[in-house]
Amino acid sequence: MSVRRLADDNVQPQSFAFSEANKAWAAETINKYPAGRQQSAVIPLLMRAQEQDGWVTRAAIETIADMLEMPYIRVLEVATFYTQFQIKPVGTRAHVQVCGTTPCMLRGAEDLIAVCKKKIHHDPLHTNESGTLSWEEVECQGACVNAPMVVIFKDTYEDLTPIQLEYIIDRFEAGKGGDVTPGPQIDRVYSAPAGGPVTLTTDTPAPKAAKVAEAPAAAAPVAPVAEAPAAAKPSLDDPNRPAAVEKPATPDDLKMISGVGPVMEAKLHDLGIYTFAQIAKWTEKEVAWVDSYLAFRGRIVRDDWIKQADALARGGEEEYVRVFGKKPR
Amino acid sequence: MLKDEDRIFSNLYGLKDKSLKGAMSRGHWDGTKQIIEKGRDWIIEEMKASGLRGRGGAGFPTGLKWSFMPKQSDGRPHYLVVNADESEPGTCKDRDIMRHDPHTLIEGCVIAGFAMGANTAYIYLRGEYMREREALQAAVDECYDAGLLGKNNKNGWDFDIYLHHGAGAYICGEETALLESLEGKKGQPRLKPPFPANMGLYGCPTTVNNVESIAVAPTILRRGASWFSAIGRPNNVGTKLFMVSGHVNKPCTFEEAMGLSFRELIETHCGGIRGGWDNLLAVIPGGASCPVVKGEDMKDAIMDFDGMREVKSSFGTGGMIVMDKSTDIIKAIWRIAAFFKHESCGQCTPCREGTGWMTRILERMVKGNAQKREIDMLFEVSKQIEGHTICALGDAAAWPVQGLIRNFRPEIEKRIDQYTANAMAHGAVMEAAE
Repeated sequence: MSVRRLADDNVQPQSFAFSEANKAWAAETINKYPAGRQQSAVIPLLMRAQEQDGWVTRAAIETIADMLEMPYIRVLEVATFYTQFQIKPVGTRAHVQVCGTTPCMLRGAEDLIAVCKKKIHHDPLHTNESGTLSWEEVECQGACVNAPMVVIFKDTYEDLTPIQLEYIIDRFEAGKGGDVTPGPQIDRVYSAPAGGPVTLTTDTPAPKAAKVAEAPAAAAPVAPVAEAPAAAKPSLDDPNRPAAVEKPATPDDLKMISGVGPVMEAKLHDLGIYTFAQIAKWTEKEVAWVDSYLAFRGRIVRDDWIKQADALARGGEEEYVRVFGKKPR
Repeated sequence: MLKDEDRIFSNLYGLKDKSLKGAMSRGHWDGTKQIIEKGRDWIIEEMKASGLRGRGGAGFPTGLKWSFMPKQSDGRPHYLVVNADESEPGTCKDRDIMRHDPHTLIEGCVIAGFAMGANTAYIYLRGEYMREREALQAAVDECYDAGLLGKNNKNGWDFDIYLHHGAGAYICGEETALLESLEGKKGQPRLKPPFPANMGLYGCPTTVNNVESIAVAPTILRRGASWFSAIGRPNNVGTKLFMVSGHVNKPCTFEEAMGLSFRELIETHCGGIRGGWDNLLAVIPGGASCPVVKGEDMKDAIMDFDGMREVKSSFGTGGMIVMDKSTDIIKAIWRIAAFFKHESCGQCTPCREGTGWMTRILERMVKGNAQKREIDMLFEVSKQIEGHTICALGDAAAWPVQGLIRNFRPEIEKRIDQYTANAMAHGAVMEAAE
């Protein structure tokens, strides 16, 4: 059991009204249940109110009670009993729900919580200074084979590493959460094992070939930038090619970026990339160009080179440790 | 390994066509009308003969459950309620059925509804499954359009399916709490009797079944009870969705025959234990409410109802949580205790207070800041909860703790000794005796 209280009166809005579309939807929902049993619709209606306003307000509770001819206390009871209802305001751009139950904990949920504490607020259910982000630890979300995972709004982001979560939070903070593909963030399809399914590989019960095209791409990468056309190698004259520089006297050791080895460093040198500052300034399009020119298949985004390079450019190893909590390798 | 053609969920990973047409091309919705024409008694007898045991965790025979519904209606409508409130930690099979293979469930609802004289089904999804709800609703709409659901449909049995959802309460997976929640109340379990088959949803005869139990029914009836019952060991038959999470190389969900050993399942589907078999510490075999089993007992144990009973645990939902030797086992069980504390509905005192007690004692034991006699006290507290509550959440909260003490008592004692040995570091001040 958890003790849950409604938000203070000074943040409670005066009134609540469903939008026209939601009103029609509510009437339809109430109709699912037998006559006189409209109370059944209370959870779906409260949930819709939360989707509409971001959280469940006292005014919403009372409005819904009136709609369903229920005493206020009965709806209040429901709103406080079910923990998915946010009865206090949460982040407007993202409310990050990190699953912390044992299966996720075993695969590193505590590191994800540390990221949230660092990036959002030390305490759960508190918004950051600008009110755009908040987080909480939730109990099992039913994606245990894809642990660890977070839920943001309606979507799950699975098989996460702390760096990926930072990236995802940054995208939502920037209002570009849609850029991140939901689901597993590593090379696997939904709940199938990484590296491809072991079962259901035969085609005996399969549908016609034309339909297979609808299947999700086997390697659902982190961000659409990584989905940039892999087929045609982009040309060196492409406007999205990041600017090259002459080799400086002391080029940075690009191998300090996690994900860059000697081979890749040489490839980057060939493109005239010698310093962290250059990489840190890459735009999304430039990232896509490099990714696709060097056939990295989304690695730049997945390992978050930009952020790593940015830290290294600003303060070298010391800054990197401060940002990522570990030494560059 | 089970052959692909014997797998019921042919689109478990969503790689094939999810639409009605796609499902039909894989053999679903084939001859549903003919199955219904064989009559209610035939269906129930066939389900009993198949030996299917409920897939939600308790393992109650599904055919028998269906037969409890009154044969003749006394004027009250009958209801089928599908329990898709999948919240047991370690369990995520129904999610894949609903988002990738929803037609197995919908067809199952029609047949099960007919077998129990119900014209209406409510599918209660957990609130967090929003995308799954959208996928399932799309499939239901498709069936209405194709004339497979609704009044005067092609199957010859009027049937409506409505989706309902919860809002993040684990307890609503308990069938009577689910019914309370569906009626728009707090999800607090009801006293039984009366059982739902007599007084369920809105006071009418109701049967509550797990998603997987319903979804496998059409295939069983099509291929015959003998096909299903030939797979696995007696009393533990059929195919089952297994989920493996935790410290294996490739965690995944898969459908496999019952009666294989743990080792075989892990080697075939999950690429082995992280760090090799010698690195296996412990396994929670069927979702968080099952007692933890030591690695050496688990390696060659048979993964089915009886096999898990032999190692003093239970098969539950088939969601295995694997822990290697890097795991702090006390902390892992503490987190489960914290889960149950959070999810207790607060209706019965032993559970409401006891889950908090156990969590607090375990929290100290994680650090070692406890007395050895408290281990026995903790066991005693867990026994005070078990069997003294309306629903099984009290039992479910007690079992993991009991499993920990039974299997890893030396570990707890070692932790306490370490803490005591380092007492100075925690701020203890030594004083000479006067």
